[in-house]
Amino acid sequence: MFSTAALGVAVSLTVPLVTRAIIDGPVTRRELDLLVPLAFLALGLSIAEVLLVWVRRWAQSRTVSDLEATLRHDLYVRLQSLPMEFHTRWQSGQLLSRVTTDLSTIRRFMGFGLLFLVMNILQLVVVTFLLLRLYWPLGVVVLLAAVPIIVVSMRFEKKYLVISRQVQDQQGDLATLIEESALGFRVIKAFGRRQHVQQQFDDGAVTLYDSEVAKVRLASRFWSFLGVIPNLTLVIVLLLGALAVGREAITLGTLVAFITLMLSLIWPVTSLGAILAMAQESMTAADRISEILDTWSTIKSGPEELEHPRGHLRFENVSFRFSPDSPDILHDVNLDLAPGTTLALVGATGSGKTTLTALVPRLYDVTGGRITLDGHDIRDLTLPSLRSAVASAFDDPTLFSMSVRENLTLGRPDATEAEVQQALQVAQAEFANELPWGLDTRVGEQGMSLSGGQRQRLALARAVLAKPAVLVLDDTLSALDVHTEALVEEALRNVLSETTGIVVAHRASTVMLADKVALLQNGTVTHVGTHHELLADVPAYRLLLAAEDEEVHA
Amino acid sequence: MTTTQQTPPPDDTRDEETTEQSWRGVFEDEGERELSRATTIRLKEDSRKLLGELLRPYRKMIWLLVVIVVVENAARLAVPYLVHLGIDNGIPPILAGEGAKTLITVVSLVLAMALLQAAARQVFLMRSGKLGQEILLGLRRRVFDHFQRLSPSFHDKYTSGRVISRMTSDVGVIDEMLANGFDGLVTALLTLIGTAILLLTLDLKLGLLALLSFPALVLITAWFRRRSAVVYRRTRETVVLVIIHFVESMTGIRAVQAFRREPRNEEIFHGVNDRYREANLDSFRLNAIFMPSIKGVGNITIVAILAYGGYQAYHGHVTVGVLTAFLLYLRQFFEPLQDISQFYNTFLSASAALEKLSGVLNETPDVPEPLEPAKPRKARGHLELRNVRFEYVDGVPVLPGLQLDVPAGQTLALVGTTGAGKTTIAKLVARFYDPTSGHVLLDGTDLRDLTEDDLRERVVMVTQENFLFTGSVADNIRFGKPGATLDEVVEAAKVIGAHDFIMALPDGYETAVEKRGSRLSAGQRQLVAFARAFLADPAVLILDEATSSLDIPSERLIQRALRTILADRTAIVIAHRLSTVETADRVIVLEHGRIIEDGAPTDLITTGGNYAGLHQAWEDSLA
Repeated sequence: MFSTAALGVAVSLTVPLVTRAIIDGPVTRRELDLLVPLAFLALGLSIAEVLLVWVRRWAQSRTVSDLEATLRHDLYVRLQSLPMEFHTRWQSGQLLSRVTTDLSTIRRFMGFGLLFLVMNILQLVVVTFLLLRLYWPLGVVVLLAAVPIIVVSMRFEKKYLVISRQVQDQQGDLATLIEESALGFRVIKAFGRRQHVQQQFDDGAVTLYDSEVAKVRLASRFWSFLGVIPNLTLVIVLLLGALAVGREAITLGTLVAFITLMLSLIWPVTSLGAILAMAQESMTAADRISEILDTWSTIKSGPEELEHPRGHLRFENVSFRFSPDSPDILHDVNLDLAPGTTLALVGATGSGKTTLTALVPRLYDVTGGRITLDGHDIRDLTLPSLRSAVASAFDDPTLFSMSVRENLTLGRPDATEAEVQQALQVAQAEFANELPWGLDTRVGEQGMSLSGGQRQRLALARAVLAKPAVLVLDDTLSALDVHTEALVEEALRNVLSETTGIVVAHRASTVMLADKVALLQNGTVTHVGTHHELLADVPAYRLLLAAEDEEVHA
Repeated sequence: MTTTQQTPPPDDTRDEETTEQSWRGVFEDEGERELSRATTIRLKEDSRKLLGELLRPYRKMIWLLVVIVVVENAARLAVPYLVHLGIDNGIPPILAGEGAKTLITVVSLVLAMALLQAAARQVFLMRSGKLGQEILLGLRRRVFDHFQRLSPSFHDKYTSGRVISRMTSDVGVIDEMLANGFDGLVTALLTLIGTAILLLTLDLKLGLLALLSFPALVLITAWFRRRSAVVYRRTRETVVLVIIHFVESMTGIRAVQAFRREPRNEEIFHGVNDRYREANLDSFRLNAIFMPSIKGVGNITIVAILAYGGYQAYHGHVTVGVLTAFLLYLRQFFEPLQDISQFYNTFLSASAALEKLSGVLNETPDVPEPLEPAKPRKARGHLELRNVRFEYVDGVPVLPGLQLDVPAGQTLALVGTTGAGKTTIAKLVARFYDPTSGHVLLDGTDLRDLTEDDLRERVVMVTQENFLFTGSVADNIRFGKPGATLDEVVEAAKVIGAHDFIMALPDGYETAVEKRGSRLSAGQRQLVAFARAFLADPAVLILDEATSSLDIPSERLIQRALRTILADRTAIVIAHRLSTVETADRVIVLEHGRIIEDGAPTDLITTGGNYAGLHQAWEDSLA
């Protein structure tokens, strides 16, 4: 690729030399017979140059777009494998800007910038050399002209980087305001705070405007400076050159060739600034991308396959903290769930219920103790075999912008139609069949919008369909009305009779699904027993689950 | 959108598209629907109108800029001409020993032109850049304001994702066009015209020969524009799929990992990524053909001029200076043309963005401000729904004709199954929607006659979506009453029972809630939302499922507070949990938008009926 580029530069530089030959030969020395061969030489060179450009670009296009796609694919695969711990730290917007903006920056630099950079520098060097050869005093003038350009370019670069970063940050701030005004629209409307929000936005927009204008001011000075230097050099060259022709130190052809060559430097010089900025940007982009590619998953697949999981789940002295220097969220948790039993997990908000359930499919790893499934430490199992044994339905049901069917079969792509229907029935989600395109209807952000209850029921159906040995339900029924909730609970009872279940519960009715209840307080399980036992013996449990109005009217 | 008619795919790209369809599922939304020809034309007209409106305030500045840019280009184009004069008229006197006077004059002129050009260029870049930013600021304000004015029903349909992308990426694309594309396009155009004129005046024959390249250029450019539009659209379509799939995989990573979705996701991503790569490749290759073609035409023209010009110079019909000027001009002529390919995509995306924005600006609010607003007296909170009929979809009434009178100060609970019309009533009273027919009256005034400010001062709705804004806890409570003192904020939090947990936060009331309040639990966020509503002190408070995300201790806390909050004001309460309903003065049970039971909760239990049944089921569940 670079050889075609170099060849291209060489060819394009030969044309002015042929021009000189034509002016000095046929025109000045009146050697007409040389005109035709020289013209053909020029034609041949010109066409060769075009072909070289074409070959280079064509070859480059495949390489560059492959590079971009491969990088994007690698990033995606890596990100999918990184643990929850990573994803809670990174906003999806941050990640998105890496696979889109940053990668395009790199693509543009690889596609145009890098080559232009090399070509421009090559052209600068060769042309300066040629100019020195043609007539050295003028060549020195051109060489000297390069000094202010380099100095100013470097200073510009630094200032420009600072202000560009500032503009980017302010754009980010404004984007946050926009996001909140869209997501919180109903709250803004309900309180009639339009003007308040408008004012905030306006302040942000004006700040951004000021920085943008400062950026424009800086750039406009720099660009016009870059434009004026070659012209000033031309003034000197024209003056000294004409005088030299007058003294017959050089021929007229040489002067013409000199000026043509020199003017061929304008574009490389003026674009140098932009290209350097581009190089800088793609360097930053590459840094941002390697931040991700250098992160390795801390949750590694174990070596053992679990062929037929029975669902015997044990927590042995389990403790968990999010980072080494933060306090324990969970400590000394001991639980034993025989295959087929269902445990309800009860605790106040923030007591660690959701965290506890996330440990089972290894969305997080325990930081102390161990969890075993059928006697195997879950860290010794391969991730696929563990996660096919455990299925969860979360409190905030995530639906992807795909067909209902694709959303349901998330955990089991090979599920039959009958199984899908059965799962829908368990979750009281038969409404899915009544959607405009049935199970092919797209749901999620980009599709049909569903109510909170409908989404919860689909998420439940998804978990049920996975036919897991261990089913984890994290407050899955909160958005259902009383009637539907009763129906779902009835159907769930059958499912839970065959699998090991962990149910996070806020309501007495959900607790009734379980054989046993574990009360979680301050990060550890303080009591295990049946609902009635705990209700009778544990005041803290009563406070959480007893009939509300007793308290209120007390 | 139909997949039924598809014949077996002839090649694998088609195959890929069919599988793509199957996982994506079917849905018709505004973005995807094939726009009818009429709509396309209307959108184009609208966006042109919008552009006109945006530029109109700056007419004088634009004219000034046109003058400056013409001066700049004239100065730039004068330089080669002066070089020709220098060579043809400046050198012979020196050769003849007559001194360098002419040469010095010419060189001074070149110097003057160079300085003029640089000055004009700087002024142009500065002024046009500033103008662009001003237009952008105006556009941002206008679109933001418009979005905030549009009704919730519009936002329901349009989704927040689209609102955000209109305000960020679409505005960003226009920014890019103003920053880069505009200058390049103008310069290319002026160079083209200026050079053509100069060439013809310098030497007619050589000029005509050079202009022979024009038809070729026009053909190549026309071809490029046509292909470019197609390729560009494909790039956009494919990148959107990449983005959606990526963002959803990352936001839903918990489900992805828990359900071992990674391999299937990778397969899908590979598909969309590959299509995007192909589209990019096409766009690269288009440039790979276009740029050398233009260069080829340029090179051949230069050689032709060189050969014919050399021949003419041999015969003395053309001077060496003219020949040099020609060669310099031709170089300047073809270079900007190659750049056009770079701006063209920017230009296309900017006009697409402008179309989308003008589409939004053409939306009118469903719930308009009154032309002659009523002057309401101090609010008491007497609500009346008079023959209210409401349809989301034409002909399918959610409320067929509701008659409801809520005296000031009453707490009314709405009960009924999903779809009975509870939330619709709440939204009508908060004027998120207007009734299809009939009236909603507050203290005898139709809501449609109240200004937005008057209405919101009197009616506040709290829903399950307890959105918190970036800022401190105090800021978020103060959202209910901007300008409230810290004492007032603390007082409101105390009444709600949020004071204790807030004081336990690292910086108390000044603790930043972080992104969407992620530092607080759902229950705590809801308490903040209640404090906010209490501080707003409205005459009518609507609670739509406001307590269902709370666990029992928090709900109990709220319930205690509710008695304080609901005293002295009218309230409409919707709740799944009957514990909340039981505290109301009056309960109505709705079915298919009609009231089937109406009375005090205790009365309804004793008379036996729908509500009594629900109550019994609830009691049993508490066992």
